[in-house]
Amino acid sequence: MPTRELFGKTIEFDDDGHLKNFSDWNEEIAKELAKEEGIAELTARHWLVINYMRREFPRLGDAPTLRKLTKESGVDTKELYELFPKGPMKKAAKISGLPKPKGCI
Amino acid sequence: MSGQNNDIGKVSIIISRGSLDGVYPGLILANGARMEGFEANLFFTFFGLDAIIEKRMDKLSISTVGNAALRLPWGQKMPTWLGMLPGMASFATWMMKNEMEKLDIPPVREFLQIIKDSGAGIYACKLAMDMFHLKREDLWSGVDDILTVGDFYQISTGGLVLFT
Repeated sequence: MPTRELFGKTIEFDDDGHLKNFSDWNEEIAKELAKEEGIAELTARHWLVINYMRREFPRLGDAPTLRKLTKESGVDTKELYELFPKGPMKKAAKISGLPKPKGCI
Repeated sequence: MSGQNNDIGKVSIIISRGSLDGVYPGLILANGARMEGFEANLFFTFFGLDAIIEKRMDKLSISTVGNAALRLPWGQKMPTWLGMLPGMASFATWMMKNEMEKLDIPPVREFLQIIKDSGAGIYACKLAMDMFHLKREDLWSGVDDILTVGDFYQISTGGLVLFT
């Protein structure tokens, strides 16, 4: 299991490069992971998505679907693809400290 | 999976059938391609056009006649003659829509809008349009263009072509 030193802590990652433990996540880590995904700065709109993902994950046991997210978070499909270019749900999950989404939709 | 080695780049998907089970695989593949960060095009031809015809796209159904793999709700194979009975197609369609809703798979119109908003191209086949005497105004407003087979190959250059 790959581990990395981030902000003075040893953090475990899974083989997909996502955080192993949901509870290891914090805003600093999110900013760092976002940079690695090519997102230089997380705006309020990014945080809307991230906070929604973090809120829904414990209940669903998986990342929400794009359809659910766009209906409930206030960010629509077009904007989501602009905020997280090239693979919005995977990137948003990664930055939010969630495992890779399991679903096909 | 991440990194450049896993980048297919572009996928162009042909949807040639007009039943629900004929249309959804192509929609799921196109949406999935965009979710992975690949470019995607959808090209509707022959009966697949029904999925982008304004008056028909909300009324697609499962084909129960000649569908040997169809099963009854309790898992037993459905006798093929049963598929010919009145109401069977609408029953099977209702069943499948229920199951899809449980998985959060959107209805055709909503799914196409999601795919369009994701940046994929949506195209109709010119030959099939002519053959069925269809006009631009018969199509869903989200359709980008009507293409010849040559145009389709042009936009597909450098990517994968999938026929469904």
